[in-house]
Amino acid sequence: METLEAVIVEHPFFRGLREEYVALIAGCASNVRFAPSQYLFHEGEIANRFFLVRRGLVSLEIFVPGRGPASIQTVGEQEVIGWGWMVPPYRWRYTARALEITRAVAFDALCMRRICDADHDLGYELMLRFAGIISHRLQATRLQLMDIYSLSA
Amino acid sequence: MNDFHADPMFPLLYSVRQRVRENDDTFTLELEPSAGEMLPAFQAGQFNMLYVYGVGEIPISVSGDPSKPYRLIHTTRAVGTVTRSMAELRENDRLGVRGPYGSHWPMESVTGSDLVLVGGGIGLAPLRPAIYHIMANREKFGRVVLLYGARTQEDMLYRRELEQWRSRFDLEVYVTVDRATGSWHGAVGVVTTMIPHAPFDPLDSVAFVCGPEVMMRFTVQALQRRGVTSDRIYLSMERNMKCGAGFCGHCQFGPFFICRDGPVMRFDRIQDFFGKWEV
Repeated sequence: METLEAVIVEHPFFRGLREEYVALIAGCASNVRFAPSQYLFHEGEIANRFFLVRRGLVSLEIFVPGRGPASIQTVGEQEVIGWGWMVPPYRWRYTARALEITRAVAFDALCMRRICDADHDLGYELMLRFAGIISHRLQATRLQLMDIYSLSA
Repeated sequence: MNDFHADPMFPLLYSVRQRVRENDDTFTLELEPSAGEMLPAFQAGQFNMLYVYGVGEIPISVSGDPSKPYRLIHTTRAVGTVTRSMAELRENDRLGVRGPYGSHWPMESVTGSDLVLVGGGIGLAPLRPAIYHIMANREKFGRVVLLYGARTQEDMLYRRELEQWRSRFDLEVYVTVDRATGSWHGAVGVVTTMIPHAPFDPLDSVAFVCGPEVMMRFTVQALQRRGVTSDRIYLSMERNMKCGAGFCGHCQFGPFFICRDGPVMRFDRIQDFFGKWEV
């Protein structure tokens, strides 16, 4: 049986993380599974977790009055969902809904903040990794805003 | 080849056999020779100059099957004077065609490699002949992955074929849209977001990329971050072409003419000019 530590260390997001850190954060982790259409979390709720997606596809959505939920992005295998847990006010800025059966590792936010506060080296390491994700998502969002497929050379 | 045909500026007469609307502003023309005489066979990635009589002439990549050169297929957007006129053509209407011109996807030299084809918007059209070639010679290539991004599902080209390609066991097709509309339940995000996790080995893959230049720029960056080297990335470039044969210089790009040295160019040969404001 695959341990959570093995799953964490194989996920691209945590690849290369020192062994003692992996053991530490594994203590905050649990295996989760979502059925199609099941919500991982809702916009406005307390961001009490983040997820390493192992299998499946998750839609990140913002509710538009009069129109309903609008999918702004999908996140799939080998990716990470959620950084609202890192920064106050610790609220989700969007809703996450599984589009297909999704298996993930969930990390408890309080537990993660506690170990990051206790060990700033680990906190910095995590911050660097999340900053990379945030940077790529920001760039992708800018390209979406540019409507790049309509542009000619 | 007769004397007329020896002149690269002389168009042959072709008739519209069919016009297919792909989406709101994009259409596909299927052409066949009007007088029996036809252009030489094209290779995947090359383009023809299409001339609407009395209106003007423009370059359009061939998007049909290279093994069926009798029937020329071109997909384009109705965005200018010539293409808008072209969008009005009906069955049996005639237009002039000369070509094929330019470089092509290096199908022979990439035999044995994995292939990653990345298309954005109408950029799927110049990739389609390469896909036909790959499917007809499937045993010659390793893993083949097609990544396609479109604005919405309604904007996608060749939707029926995309579904057919997705159903094959020897072709991996991943599609993403910028905006999820209607019944779309697939991936949302620009095509570059699929590259980090797409199932290909970066050390043994060759990438063919086609789409708007800004999309290709970020696609190249994503491929390089993944580990694909510049000499294994090919782009289909687009510039304002007039003669199509390297005479006029309209499409100059650094030391190259896109019509003659392109449109398909290996990235390491153009990386010093690519993305520059003026070259």
